[in-house]
Amino acid sequence: MSYDMSQFYQVFFAEAAEHLESMESLLLALDHESPDDEQLNAVFRAAHSIKGSAGTFGFGDMADLTHVLEGLLDKVRKGELALSDELVDACLEASDVLGAQLATHRDGAPANPAAAVVSSKRLAALAAGKPVPASKPAAVKDAVFAFVLDAPESSQPAVLEVLCAELGDFGTVSIEQEAASAKSPWRLRIAACRDAKGAGEVIAFVAHDVSLESAVSPVETSGGDAWGLFADALPESGGAADDSYGFFSSPDPASTPTADDTWGLFEEHVPAATQSADAADGSYGFFGELPPAVASASVPEPAAKRPAANGDTTIRVGVDKVDLIINQVGELVITHAMLQEIASVLDPIQFERLHSGLAQLERNSRDLQASVMSVRMVPISTVFNRFPRVVRDLSGKLGKQVELKMSGENTELDRGLIERIVDPLTHLVRNSLDHGVESPEARLAAGKSVSGTVTLKAYQHSGTVVIEVGDDGAGLNRERILAKARERGMSVSDSLSDAEVWNLIFEAGFSTADEVTDVSGRGVGMDVVKRNISALGGRIDIESMAGIGTRMTVRLPLTLAIVDGMSVAVGGESYIVPLGYVLESLQPEPGMIKRMAGTDILLQVRGEYLPVIVLHELFGIRNAETDFSRGIMVLLEDDGRRAALFVDGLLGQHQVVIKSLETNYRKVPGIAAATIMGDGRVAFILDALTLVSRASAGIQAAA
Amino acid sequence: MTKTILAIDDSASIRQMVSFTLKSAGYEVLDAVDGQDGLDKAKSNNISLVLTDQNMPRMDGLTLIRTLRSLPQYKATPILMLTTESSDAMKQQGRAAGATGWLVKPFDPQKLLEVVKKVIG
Repeated sequence: MSYDMSQFYQVFFAEAAEHLESMESLLLALDHESPDDEQLNAVFRAAHSIKGSAGTFGFGDMADLTHVLEGLLDKVRKGELALSDELVDACLEASDVLGAQLATHRDGAPANPAAAVVSSKRLAALAAGKPVPASKPAAVKDAVFAFVLDAPESSQPAVLEVLCAELGDFGTVSIEQEAASAKSPWRLRIAACRDAKGAGEVIAFVAHDVSLESAVSPVETSGGDAWGLFADALPESGGAADDSYGFFSSPDPASTPTADDTWGLFEEHVPAATQSADAADGSYGFFGELPPAVASASVPEPAAKRPAANGDTTIRVGVDKVDLIINQVGELVITHAMLQEIASVLDPIQFERLHSGLAQLERNSRDLQASVMSVRMVPISTVFNRFPRVVRDLSGKLGKQVELKMSGENTELDRGLIERIVDPLTHLVRNSLDHGVESPEARLAAGKSVSGTVTLKAYQHSGTVVIEVGDDGAGLNRERILAKARERGMSVSDSLSDAEVWNLIFEAGFSTADEVTDVSGRGVGMDVVKRNISALGGRIDIESMAGIGTRMTVRLPLTLAIVDGMSVAVGGESYIVPLGYVLESLQPEPGMIKRMAGTDILLQVRGEYLPVIVLHELFGIRNAETDFSRGIMVLLEDDGRRAALFVDGLLGQHQVVIKSLETNYRKVPGIAAATIMGDGRVAFILDALTLVSRASAGIQAAA
Repeated sequence: MTKTILAIDDSASIRQMVSFTLKSAGYEVLDAVDGQDGLDKAKSNNISLVLTDQNMPRMDGLTLIRTLRSLPQYKATPILMLTTESSDAMKQQGRAAGATGWLVKPFDPQKLLEVVKKVIG
């Protein structure tokens, strides 16, 4: 009977991905001088776990690579090998390759077997205790290497590609001379090679007859012979098939049976089983007498209290199921609104129980809604966790020293937002590293500490999630940005405020980097970042001070599918104002209305002047009230900015379910979303944030 | 009477595979995520056979086996170690802890059933 194991694959994929993630975090967190045992064990266990399940479900490539990785980690946790940057790098690389293999199996991404080979050899060499290349002073000269690839002809292009990618860490790689045949030498040039010895060792993993052909500082040349030694010293030069695994299996001559020892019984078992001895193929066996009950002294008395702390009391639920529930709760709220509408005309005394029942129902559905939304909430740490790695790799590549400080990782946001905030945030972080933080020399020259700091902060604030990406670098260069804007034909005046100048970088195609470094300028500009964030209903603001640093603040709505709103009437139509923005409402007296030059109207309230948003003019609504003193002013506030919304009248306050206008129709400026009212009609939810900021900006400009 | 098997492994995919395979063959299966969880489940149920992984958080396989053996209820219940190697060292340790036998990972469903059948029928 054959078993279809593919039904378990999804779980394996998710599980393996988690293990890889935790492995990476742990590797980055390890203190090389005095590593924490528990952390070392945890990394080992993660690799071990992946090996076990990958093997069980037939993903041999992953099982093989994890086997080598596990062996290396085992040596480290036993204290037989010391941690080093090189070793951690190799493990991180293996983790990346495993991730790629996983993607191949799970998503059908193109496979890259050469990468696994390179990674495996690297791990094996480290485990065999080869001397770790000591950090050398940067060699300023180019290094040209000649070598012959080990791989068979058909694999050579792939191996060379991976090799060039690896060598990219040492400097810019270019091919000086292609090999004429599989057995002929390649010549590669590594420009401004920082560590010729290290580069040579990397090449030696996959090639022989390696030689360094360019002049290098005297310190290096003594290492010239080491290339040759390496290649010869590599175990597989003997040609054994998959010897790299051979390092780690316990040397156990007694138990290297020709028979398959895959299972066995220690005791002769009687019930139902035929009294078989160990299986003919040796795949199982029986030990003999069951040992006497172990003396209780050696057995720790299990704790009477169950430690609740570590319990794995979670269940996996498909996201689509949760979304369905959220939808259904939304429908529940609409139904309640409908009932409320019907009941509103009934006498409150006579139908007292009905009214109180409906009020109870509203409380119940509010609670249900909150609970369901919290299911979808995920801590932002799942996004933040990738950044230590990003910062480490990138600062290394750029030759900068950067420390990453994160806070607020526990801040929760909706799962849907999480997935879509990753790319924009990554771009911002890379920007800070690339353009923000200066090189160590520049920093020293400026009297700053050699190491720059990038901070990632997240917190919730009045219905929004705020994420800050900051650096203590050089700050944005106002003049460069203005010059670039003029270059691109934009008419900008020198009297623009700093904030307005910073906003220019959100224009498409804008980049003041001298060369568009591959790092952050790959055509994925700040304009795309801004667009992505706006699409999520959020916004991004920039603050910067020359010589001090830059801070990008992203604000996202806590996606509530259900929101409290105030219904207002304008010309026979009704609109919803999200209650979170409403300060108060009042009937204005004629004396409170002031007219500015032009068409701007101001409302004077308690000594303050608020810009008035005349909704019927903005939306072109007919039959609306035009006499200000006969309508209502709803005072709105967002982040310190205030405005007054002029409407005909107030209709009431209730919960509304947010339905996207964009997906059902298109994006309409000034409108955030739509909803279905109790009477079945569609009403629009105002985009209070944009309305307020536009109104107050207009006032500032006119002033 | 249906026999109940307790499968303990910190890998969800393995637990699922084992559970599915054994249930299809008519056994009742309980699963646990680590040694402590396994111990709790063993104590509050009537288990006919324990399959346990070795490397798990909170309480590893060998400790679990020793602890189970100290309970009167599980003095003689078959316990199989799921292990990634069949070395002499493993065998020594397993036997000393009180395990009944071992099964090497990765195993396929066929092999699992064969071994379980041999042990509890």
